[in-house]
Amino acid sequence: MSESLVGVIVSHAAVAQALVAAVQAITGLEGALVPVSNEGCDYTSLAARLERAVGGRPAVLFVDLPGGSCLTGAVRYAHGRDSLAVVTGVNLAMLLDFVFNRDTAPRDAARRAAEAGAKAIRTPAA
Amino acid sequence: MSIRLFRIDDRLIHGQVVVGWGQPLGVQFIVLVDDEVRASEWEQDLYRMGVPPEIEVLFASAAEAAARMPEWRADPRVGILLTGDIDTMAAVCANLGDVPAVNLGGMHHRPGRRERLRYVYLSDDEADKLKRLVSNGVNVTAQDVPTARAVPIEEFI
Repeated sequence: MSESLVGVIVSHAAVAQALVAAVQAITGLEGALVPVSNEGCDYTSLAARLERAVGGRPAVLFVDLPGGSCLTGAVRYAHGRDSLAVVTGVNLAMLLDFVFNRDTAPRDAARRAAEAGAKAIRTPAA
Repeated sequence: MSIRLFRIDDRLIHGQVVVGWGQPLGVQFIVLVDDEVRASEWEQDLYRMGVPPEIEVLFASAAEAAARMPEWRADPRVGILLTGDIDTMAAVCANLGDVPAVNLGGMHHRPGRRERLRYVYLSDDEADKLKRLVSNGVNVTAQDVPTARAVPIEEFI
């Protein structure tokens, strides 16, 4: 079987670290997700952080916003690499689905994660 | 003048620009002066993704910026002009001759630079270039977001 995907969360400030901690607290799974903050980075140094986080593995890059430096850095880094895919609007629901469904192609995993994340956004009666 | 902010930021268009400055200034267009981005449709699409549709994004090389500046300055809308480096902004200032102020919004760590502020790293050569801008009458301050204090160049160089 091919190598399981790793999820790399790319965020402003410490959002990524908090999401990794939350997924671990809920699932008990470790090592499936790696946090990357853009704090203090230009695009060169953000690419270096992504390179370390990905570590040559196939990966999905989960970005916090659908625009801005995290997205720009992630898309630049993933450009032309079939082993990487990018999803924006990362939330806990999409990560919880992803960590249990990592034995697939990056683009398929990214599509699945986007659907799982979108399904979690609701306006329940209170 | 319709361009309300001349900003140097090596992240170019990102959240601090679009939201942090864009909201309080009521920005309606952003001019990104960068030769590399101007030459890449793919990168232009990438930068547009972070900008709401009501804000127009214009891309220009340094040479094109010199030619189009009168048009942008006559635009009745509120705009921001962005460059990713000091040299490009210095060229813009030299061309216009009357840029009153330049905002240093973010220059991050690279080999050869040292920390001046949390979000400003400069080599000695870059610091000298900023001093030359000041000697030419441009008020250079560092300020990442509008709610922060505008730090005068004398405090970090």
